[in-house]
Amino acid sequence: MPEREAILLPDQVQHLITTLAQQVYHDMVRSEGEWVIVGIRSGGAVVARLLRAELARLQGRSWPIGFLDITFYRDDLDTVGPNPVVEATDLSMDIDDKKIILIDDVLYTGRTIRAALNALFDFGRPESVDLVVLVDRGGHRQLPIQPHYAGLTIDTSRWERIKLVERGEEGVAVVRYRHSNPVVRA
Amino acid sequence: MTYTGAAVELPPWRRKHLLGMEGLNREEIRLLLDTAASLREVNRRDIKKVPTLRGKTVINLFFENSTRTRTSFELAGKRMSADVINISASASSVTKGETLLDTVANLQAMNPDVVVIRHPESGAQAFVARHIDASVVNAGDGRHEHPTQALLDLLTIEDHLPQLGYGSLEGITVAICGDVLHSRVARSNAFALRTMGAHVRLVGPPTLMPAYAEEALGARVYHSMAAGLAGADVVMVLRLQRERMSSAYLPSVREYFTFWGLDQARLACAAPHAIVMHPGPINRGVEIASDIADHPQRSVILNQVSNGLAVRMAVLYRLCLGGQGKVT
Amino acid sequence: MNLHIAGGRVIDPATGLDATADILIMDGLIRAIGQPNRLDIPQGVERMDADGLIVAPGLVDMHVHLREPGYEYKETIAGGSQAAAAGGVTAMAAMPNTRPVVDDVSIVGYILQQAQRAGLARVYPIGAITQGLQGEQITEMGLLQQAGCVAFSDDGRAVMNSAVMRRALDYSRAFDALIIQHAEDSHLAGHGCMHEGVISSRLGLPGIPAVAEESLVERDIRLVQLTGGRYHVAHISTSGAVAAVAQAQQQGLPVSCEVAPHHFALTDVAVAEYDTRAKMSPPLRSEPHRQATLEGLARGIITVIATDHAPHDADSKDIEFCQAANGVVGLETLLPVALELIRDGVLDWRRCLAAMTCNPARLLGIQSGVLAVGGAADLVLFDPQERWVVDADKLHGTSRNTCFHGRQVQGRVKMTLLAGRLVYRDS
Repeated sequence: MPEREAILLPDQVQHLITTLAQQVYHDMVRSEGEWVIVGIRSGGAVVARLLRAELARLQGRSWPIGFLDITFYRDDLDTVGPNPVVEATDLSMDIDDKKIILIDDVLYTGRTIRAALNALFDFGRPESVDLVVLVDRGGHRQLPIQPHYAGLTIDTSRWERIKLVERGEEGVAVVRYRHSNPVVRA
Repeated sequence: MTYTGAAVELPPWRRKHLLGMEGLNREEIRLLLDTAASLREVNRRDIKKVPTLRGKTVINLFFENSTRTRTSFELAGKRMSADVINISASASSVTKGETLLDTVANLQAMNPDVVVIRHPESGAQAFVARHIDASVVNAGDGRHEHPTQALLDLLTIEDHLPQLGYGSLEGITVAICGDVLHSRVARSNAFALRTMGAHVRLVGPPTLMPAYAEEALGARVYHSMAAGLAGADVVMVLRLQRERMSSAYLPSVREYFTFWGLDQARLACAAPHAIVMHPGPINRGVEIASDIADHPQRSVILNQVSNGLAVRMAVLYRLCLGGQGKVT
Repeated sequence: MNLHIAGGRVIDPATGLDATADILIMDGLIRAIGQPNRLDIPQGVERMDADGLIVAPGLVDMHVHLREPGYEYKETIAGGSQAAAAGGVTAMAAMPNTRPVVDDVSIVGYILQQAQRAGLARVYPIGAITQGLQGEQITEMGLLQQAGCVAFSDDGRAVMNSAVMRRALDYSRAFDALIIQHAEDSHLAGHGCMHEGVISSRLGLPGIPAVAEESLVERDIRLVQLTGGRYHVAHISTSGAVAAVAQAQQQGLPVSCEVAPHHFALTDVAVAEYDTRAKMSPPLRSEPHRQATLEGLARGIITVIATDHAPHDADSKDIEFCQAANGVVGLETLLPVALELIRDGVLDWRRCLAAMTCNPARLLGIQSGVLAVGGAADLVLFDPQERWVVDADKLHGTSRNTCFHGRQVQGRVKMTLLAGRLVYRDS
């Protein structure tokens, strides 16, 4: 079993979400345009819901929300292992000419975001896409992808895995797992 | 980002081939059904295509004519971005001089990832699977199994669980009616339904029941439609091949429809909410009356067809996933 | 070659001998059998130490297919003789379903000539009951018998027509000939390719019901009652047929039967992966039928173990199950699989070996299967303890279609002597 350690407790996560929501509110959704929040399953979907609720509190209105499952867009079919959990993509709204706020929990190599962008463009042609993540692991990027806002940027090693963990009524926490070998996928 | 597992961890899919429903456990069936349910969303998009199986090669090798099943597999592969090749072959290999083994060797040379096979002989796919590196999907072998049909039937029943008043397949009663003896659809459904905890009944004339059917298929056997359908939640009607009349299984179509055809009066024996399924193609007036086949509330035959596509996408996807640790 | 076989455990079921003894062989004949070191051994006789081995009459397999003439790509008489020698079999009765069929004296002569040339086993042709195995016109049984046929059979298919079977049983009495029936009602068998039961229903393979065999055996026994012909059921496989034979024997009718090792050692479970190596006619049955054959052996209803050795080329077996040829090779697995009956307490040594030596020899009326002073020195020497694993690739003969591949067995043939000549030695 990998060694595990909480790096963000539920109230800290909530605090970061509040901060992120304020930034998104001031710099983005306050301005012109039709905004759509899209969370990447499964961690990003959790963050997206929390962020949308926070934005609704600030702005007094709810933006449409959708969810992307990028399993079928992954580029590592042969090494992914036998059991990815597949959840349905739910983008019931029209995304043509919309301003998308794409949300994920942890940004690492950038490959998930690449897959999400591909998936998104199979549904339409949004006017813009902005990326918001809760945690940016920095320094490991394999693609030219940067977040517009990151709640927290931390140094990590390839031996670690950073995961969002739901803790029932307490809320969500972010946990660091230390493995004895480099974690190939993330 | 990381993949934070879903609420329920399913055991991984480790099979190299899908040769039948017999032997699959509940979790494996669940995994295929859930994957298929997720994939239905892709089929509702404007752009009905995901890049998942880009670079993979799927060969459809059909020794029997079946436009529906072949098209369904072909579309499934294409919607997952695989290269799909259709090969129609003659099963009368002996007369042609080429054996199934020769055909397999030729396929092997093309280095496919998945070979989808329909063959008139029971067990032909199991034979091929022993001689080829690719994953083999059984798209119907003789009177043995047709696993993707059972999966799409299960998915269709699950779609109607609220109407049937159940939360899962556990405990529902399914009556499979007609020529069970020659039906691969009946066998696959009986195995799968039983694994999922459903009660399976087989209803039909004694000459069209397999030997020791109750023990072999884990079902109860009825020879009267009224008794077999009594209280059933799902009525699954099998296709009756006309050649059965000429081989002393049955005296006539008229006699068959009179006693085992599904009409309104017979359906009235089933539960009031019961749904009617049929693997197609339908013989109207032979095994099922037209007004039932077309009944908007009762007949779910068209749902079956659309679920077939999602199920086949799910199967191709699961079989193409990471090669390590797979068992045959 | 003159030989002194010393110190082996000599079992001769025909005489009831079971003791450590020496055997002197000169000029191809058994000259003496006596207590160890008591025989008067002339100068120049080679001593062969048989310590720890069982010495028995060369085995007699009354049911083999040698495929020649006509199917030499499956097996030849020479190849089949090699397999026989390796299996300790010194005499075998060859079924007539060759091409052409053994329904004419010229073919009998050809087979005997080929067997002589191979020189590794005695081959006794079985003539067809009906011309061309067509089930219609009976053959020249008298002439065929004169030419060397030891019995008559349409093996591979049954004589379905009751009137023809009646005539055959009736006519055979003129020559005291044995009629061997492949008892399977072809209408009930239909296109079946395995035993009809739970497994055939699960696999979706058309089944052959047990009653296909049972009903035909019952019919034939009625005809035996009517005619008095000598009747033998080939490869019996069902409980009903065993019961019918038992009843006929109680009534004193001249009815006998044989069982093949695969039918008492295996069940239809062996087919479960559509394994064509487990496909034969009659098919492997379910466990209750297997138990019935064991009981039939134990009660002395089944007095013969015969292989139904049926070689097939790979192309006839490596195909779809329903299209694959029926049959398995068995000569080289006969002895070790039969010895399992002793281990399991079904038969004792004497009765087990009798079923493969003197019993079939008596039915066929041939001078084999006994250790008679002055008789031909046809012997098998085997190690009853040696364990080995059946390997299809190591079989002799042309074809490899054994259903016992990978089976752990005990008892291994070390030497086979035919008329005093060493025709096989385990290396």
